[in-house]
Amino acid sequence: MLEVRDLTCGYAGSFFIQHVDFKVNAKEIVGIIGPNGSGKTTLLRAISRELRPENGLIMLDGKDIRQMSFKELARKMAVLAQSINPVPLTVEEFVLLGRIPYRKNLQFLENKNDLEAAEEALRLTDTVTLKNHLMTQISGGERQLVFIARALAQQPKLLLLDEPTTHLDITHQVRILDLIKRLNKKLGLTVIMVLHDLNLATEYCQRLILMNHGRIFREGVTGEVINYKTVEEVYKTVVVVEKNPISGKPYVLLVSEDEIKTDLPDR
Amino acid sequence: MNKKILKWTICIAILLALLLAVSLFSFLVGVVDIPLSKIGEIIANGKSDSRFAILFDIRMPRIMLGFAIGGALSIAGVILQGMFRNSLVEPYTLGISGGAALGVCLNIVLKMQNIFGLFSLPIFGFMGGICVILLVYALSVKQNVLRIQGLLLCGVMISFICSSLIMLIMAVSRSEDLHGIIFWIMGSLEESNWLLIKLMFMMSILGLIAAYIFCFDLNAFSLGEEEALHLGVNVERSKRILFVLTSLLTGFSVSVAGIIGFVGLIIPHFMRLIVGNDHRILIVSSFLSGAIFLIFCDTIARTIIAPIEFPVGVITGILGGTIFIYAFMKKTCLK
Repeated sequence: MLEVRDLTCGYAGSFFIQHVDFKVNAKEIVGIIGPNGSGKTTLLRAISRELRPENGLIMLDGKDIRQMSFKELARKMAVLAQSINPVPLTVEEFVLLGRIPYRKNLQFLENKNDLEAAEEALRLTDTVTLKNHLMTQISGGERQLVFIARALAQQPKLLLLDEPTTHLDITHQVRILDLIKRLNKKLGLTVIMVLHDLNLATEYCQRLILMNHGRIFREGVTGEVINYKTVEEVYKTVVVVEKNPISGKPYVLLVSEDEIKTDLPDR
Repeated sequence: MNKKILKWTICIAILLALLLAVSLFSFLVGVVDIPLSKIGEIIANGKSDSRFAILFDIRMPRIMLGFAIGGALSIAGVILQGMFRNSLVEPYTLGISGGAALGVCLNIVLKMQNIFGLFSLPIFGFMGGICVILLVYALSVKQNVLRIQGLLLCGVMISFICSSLIMLIMAVSRSEDLHGIIFWIMGSLEESNWLLIKLMFMMSILGLIAAYIFCFDLNAFSLGEEEALHLGVNVERSKRILFVLTSLLTGFSVSVAGIIGFVGLIIPHFMRLIVGNDHRILIVSSFLSGAIFLIFCDTIARTIIAPIEFPVGVITGILGGTIFIYAFMKKTCLK
């Protein structure tokens, strides 16, 4: 589905990410994790074509993304950025913006396909009741759902998300990620998301890419990436990794400085 | 969805009716008030009636010019505000007016009309505006990316430099030149050249059509440049085309009518409050209401202390600025 080959890319001459190589298969959920400044967002921005790579290739469905038109790319890939300014549009108008890549020249009004796609996107994200509310008047959690709805209105095959759960309470964190998992199963949507929370990453992603200092440090299924040695090495923090009793996935516990000195728990 | 189209149609119908009313008012009122009932008689009399010339050679061209320039400045404002995502930007912020005014000053002081004839004033104004635009543009393009914030700052600074240079020219020029410069800077719709009026009219309509083609790009821009890119908009290309379009519209308007401030600022701002942020309706309604506003202001300018005529720029400035402050205060109070 997506193939990144020897990607080197950065801002104004300094190389932020170097020699990044990975593949994402269709219908996979892949998480990109790593400390602050490790290049997660830069990688995502390169894939979404906001940054021009210094070197390397990014192929989507066997086609170089730089050879595609912006419209063609937007029909295949939807991006949910970290912070989107709320604008005074109604939820429905906002979701319909996701249909821009499908507009023909001189088509100024929505056609049946546009309206149906928007309706479906609202239904999938359970935001139909918000339809006529203004984007500026709904809560942060609801707004995030509407952002996903707009991405779905693009009818993409690949969805890129940059920290979709930051600033949300646990109810909405789980709601958003459950929704993404459901979309992945139901629509066969391929998902790549940057996550800060390691426990959410292990719980919801099938595969993880751990970045450090602009390079891929480790890549693989969650168990291979999340163990105390790797996490301590990359994050420079003492952690305990246990198994979630229900899902069986690894989860990461943090330990405060005082506790480490007095009683180092048995790992 | 049909409700939306109905709302838009009603909105455009109301604006068209207002435009007609204001044009008619402007057509009939002036130093010589002509009642509506006499119009048929005057047209029948044709050129032999002195009032025919007043109506069709003096008032009609002014209304057309008001329509064209009011509309052009308003859509230039809509486009810039959409691109900058800042509702306080207007065409003149980019320094176009400063450059054009400087060009015109040079033209008057150097007595260029002896060489270029009738068109020398607009040509110099236009050239001045375009020079500034190219300079501002060159200064804000870095690594092939047009930086919008830089553009704004450069524009404001170049405006200042230009107005200082104009003052320098005014300080050393003779008093008969001074009057010409000042009157031009204040802006007026008095233009006796039919060809220029027709050219401006066509330019304005073409500008409206061109802007409308980009209505979805502008809608996407309201979310930010990156979001627009995610929605499949070729951001760099659109920005460039829209930038050139606003420069042309403003440069043309300034060179024909001088500096008429505030139209490009307040009209799009108010239309946003009334019709919302969808550029599909915003562009058309701003064009129409800009035309209405400028024709109205021009009528006031030439009737309020008739037979002496005010520069229309003064009226738009006072009226526009006052309404703007009032609306702004009211809006902040509501919050």
